[in-house]
Amino acid sequence: MLDKNQIARRIAKELRDGMYVNLGIGIPTLVANYIPDGVSVVLQSENGLLGMGPFPWEGEEDPDLINAGKQTITTVPGSAFFDSAMSFGMIRAGKVDLTVLGAMEVADNGDIANWKIPGKMVKGMGGAMDLVASAKNIIVAMQHVNKAGESKRLSQCTLPMTGVRCVKKVVTELGVFDITDRGFELRELAPGVTVEEVKEKTAGRLVVEGEIPVMEV
Amino acid sequence: MNKVFENATAAVADIPDGATLMLGGFGLCGIPENCIAALVAKGVRGLTCISNNAGVDDFGIGLMLKQRQVKKMISSYVGENAEFERQLLSGELEVELIPQGTLATRCMAAGYGMPAIFTPAGVGTEVAEGKEVRRFHFNGEEKDYLMEYAFEADFAIVKAWKGDTQGNLIYKDTARNFNPLMAMAGKLTIAEVEELVPAGSLDPNAVHTPGIYVHRIFQGMNYEKRIEQRTVRKRDQ
Repeated sequence: MLDKNQIARRIAKELRDGMYVNLGIGIPTLVANYIPDGVSVVLQSENGLLGMGPFPWEGEEDPDLINAGKQTITTVPGSAFFDSAMSFGMIRAGKVDLTVLGAMEVADNGDIANWKIPGKMVKGMGGAMDLVASAKNIIVAMQHVNKAGESKRLSQCTLPMTGVRCVKKVVTELGVFDITDRGFELRELAPGVTVEEVKEKTAGRLVVEGEIPVMEV
Repeated sequence: MNKVFENATAAVADIPDGATLMLGGFGLCGIPENCIAALVAKGVRGLTCISNNAGVDDFGIGLMLKQRQVKKMISSYVGENAEFERQLLSGELEVELIPQGTLATRCMAAGYGMPAIFTPAGVGTEVAEGKEVRRFHFNGEEKDYLMEYAFEADFAIVKAWKGDTQGNLIYKDTARNFNPLMAMAGKLTIAEVEELVPAGSLDPNAVHTPGIYVHRIFQGMNYEKRIEQRTVRKRDQ
């Protein structure tokens, strides 16, 4: 089974040199720690920055320089600032190559829910609806089951939707899945995880074909 | 032409009860601190506030929420504010949540003189309820888009880094965010700046918001610039 950092490390392997990438809050943010050697990507922060760098050294925090999670950050050489309309403009226009975000539920047709639990939590969608409606390539980093042991990989989302038919790939503690017309196609297993366990914990359509490789972590 | 006001109290003096306000900022970054303090002191009520976030319990728009000055909040993300959540769940506060890019672009549309925009954000979700959907072949694919109206606000209140007596504004780093968009969208726009300089002192090439969009400007003071999530790297011992 993968921990949060291992999920992030596995997603980082999807990065290609020259990509513009938007990383959401939570596990997706950790992806920045595992960018492979020789791969150079530009991180977009939707509050108005291309070229996000690591956290500042202690004592060098600047309240005017934060990321979309409101964390203090730095810039890398060659960065650019812009307003929120241009930020979502470049997302809508398909200029951002890859979006990685978290989810509460993902359905086997690519629907995603991650912004609201009726009667319980109403924080808002922030930029998630814009991102999922426009990004060319969306990878979701999520836990396969919730704390109650129920699958969050469903045939249909039960929570209010963030976007429809948009998720292309999901990485969970159990493995890597592509979402195709046939449902969740198992591509890789996490070490120590069996196909049976994945079947047991997946409520939506699951496709398992041939020998499934175990991922390197 | 005189756009320069003495301070926040003077700049917001005629904002009446029931007004619709836009307030710039993302989280607590680039928020008009001085004007918010002046609105709290003035005690104006029944406000509709359009702002990406609602501040935190004891700072930003959270201060106005605490005084029950806000009737309706239009935002994209409202976490990190317990008082907000309480008022929302008890029904005291009306809330409209809209996607962040939609919020930004609706402000931009107002400033660009366009009554509506089409965006794919929210198609197939509850955000789309009651809205016109149009299918366009665009950018290499056939897709559904929602029609969203431009925002009209009585007052836009923004914060900039530098401004001149003509109302030209320059923002700093990610404190830019919604500020230039809201500055364009107000029927009356009030800008507070960290440094107010005479016309001619700013490089015209560097201006983000041309002064035509700004009606009132003043030199702000005592900026607290609170940090919501202080994240740092520790230096090696």
